[in-house]
Amino acid sequence: MRSVSPRLVLPVLSLTVLIAAVFWLQPRAMSYVGINLLFNLAVPIALATVAQMIIIMVNDIDLSMGAFVSLIACITAAILPTDPALGIAMLVGCVLVYAALGALIEIRQLPAIVVTLGMSFVWSGAAVLILPSPGGTAPVWLTAIMKAKPPFVPVAIIASVLIATVAHLIVMRSSFGVKLRALGGNARAVSRSGRSTVLLRASAYGLAGIFAMLAGMALVGLTTSGDANIALRYTLLSIAGVILGGGEFTGGRVSPVGAVIGALTLTLAGSFLSFLRLSPDWQIGAQGAILILVLAARLVVRQAEKRS
Amino acid sequence: MTMIHKAPWFWAWVAAIAAFCATWSLSAGGAGGTALAVAALTFGSFSVMTGLGQMLVITMGPGNTDLSIPATMTLAATLSLKLMGGMTGSAGLIVLAGLVSALAIGAGVGVANFALIRLLRIPPIIATLSASFLYQSLAIWSNRGLRIKPPQVLADFTTGRALLGIPNLAWVALIISFGFWVLLNQSGFGRRISAIGQNPRAARLAGVPTARVSATTYVICAIMAGLTGFLLACFSGGAALNMGAEFLLMSIAVTVIGGSSIAGGNSNVPGIWAGALFMYLIVSMLNSYGLGAGVRLLSTGIIIIAIVAAASGRKARL
Repeated sequence: MRSVSPRLVLPVLSLTVLIAAVFWLQPRAMSYVGINLLFNLAVPIALATVAQMIIIMVNDIDLSMGAFVSLIACITAAILPTDPALGIAMLVGCVLVYAALGALIEIRQLPAIVVTLGMSFVWSGAAVLILPSPGGTAPVWLTAIMKAKPPFVPVAIIASVLIATVAHLIVMRSSFGVKLRALGGNARAVSRSGRSTVLLRASAYGLAGIFAMLAGMALVGLTTSGDANIALRYTLLSIAGVILGGGEFTGGRVSPVGAVIGALTLTLAGSFLSFLRLSPDWQIGAQGAILILVLAARLVVRQAEKRS
Repeated sequence: MTMIHKAPWFWAWVAAIAAFCATWSLSAGGAGGTALAVAALTFGSFSVMTGLGQMLVITMGPGNTDLSIPATMTLAATLSLKLMGGMTGSAGLIVLAGLVSALAIGAGVGVANFALIRLLRIPPIIATLSASFLYQSLAIWSNRGLRIKPPQVLADFTTGRALLGIPNLAWVALIISFGFWVLLNQSGFGRRISAIGQNPRAARLAGVPTARVSATTYVICAIMAGLTGFLLACFSGGAALNMGAEFLLMSIAVTVIGGSSIAGGNSNVPGIWAGALFMYLIVSMLNSYGLGAGVRLLSTGIIIIAIVAAASGRKARL
């Protein structure tokens, strides 16, 4: 019985410590409104992190995540409210392009890091074309979902649990998820067993595209407007979230629940740093330092495991 | 040289020359040829210098990519310009102090990058990425929004064309490129880098000190980033926080476009120049069509992916 995977121990621990530290610094945060404020922005980050996790699961890395989420945000804010049919078609088109990228990477055996870096230009360019200056409005239903006030539990928490559950079911429990993880674990074995690696990588990218699309829409639901640069930092945040959540870069060893926890930890780290009155100059650096610390902690844990 | 069309950099040069002719024909009556060449050489030099460092890192094989180049450039430029701005005395001494400090910051960053890769055993991409946040913060903190002007001597040097009408920066990049060519093709060190990239295990068993070679490579790459940041800041009249941003993609793109293998183990220096000139010329060609920022970004991305897809085809399916 593996009810809690050892992979999750460190992420859960770091989130708990951070929550305790935030509540200790700012006891007023320990309320419905406080928790909602703390975790609100975690929802889009969690979705983007799950998307990045799916890419990392198939041994690639996506450096265009931030640009893609920004483009989705622009489409959602500028086109979806005025012309729903066109907006939906564009969103679906974006996801299909994402899937096509996966196929291209597999067919031509391209380095994902270069292709996605190039794609970040394409996404940014498209976003600028759609929304040359910050603006637009969020569709009413989207704002209603993101700013809903259900009794007892803030919507941010419900959404995080929902994202973690859905991602867990798809990636860890479905046969589709097993095949995707196998692609990251041993692509040659997958192709020898008669499955199309091209189709699998394309579907992995497509699935990631769907989560990234939801991230962009959730972001617009919160900010109520779009901007071509709105989510550029998501590229780094999502990679950091996957790592914080116990994911590995190779071999298809990832944890969807961990990824969501990692995203929550990162969001909270931002609030924690501002509660500490840390100068904004050091905000990015502190995130880098946290990332390095977690990686160091993981190494220590792993070596202790090896010794015992 | 009957085999010149077989060289890995051959098609990159063809593309660069074609892009030059296409852009030239668009400029008013073909009179802007010299101006275009000067601009391409000047801006291309920065891409060449970052690209050379990145090329060495990429040569070491999959996973080896330095993502801290932009942050290193910004940090080295900010700190060295701050140092020079606060100094009084002879111009030569100030310039020397600035240059040495920029190179030293680069070396420090390289050592820090490699220490993270080695000690935490994390993939270089993540190590350099997380470390780059720290460098970026350090640059923001020391800069505080001030724009310190570079010494006049340096500003004149980096924008000047002292010899044969070719930009000084291009000469600097050319001399460094020659150094890299010797390093990569004529020295034992270069052969060791290529050996690691072709098969790290075989290289280790053959007695290549992989850790030492890899450390040296990351330090060289970071020093090149530091130097480029320094020169770019002097050229553009001061350091800016986002000054390095475009060189992350650029350094990788020029390496790949130039015909070096992205999978490592097989790199060449002439291709870096072709890649750098091509990238600049393509952007200026799109500019002279009068296209907006959106279309320009979009086309740049598509061109890069198309080239990478076409260039990698030969080695697909190992």
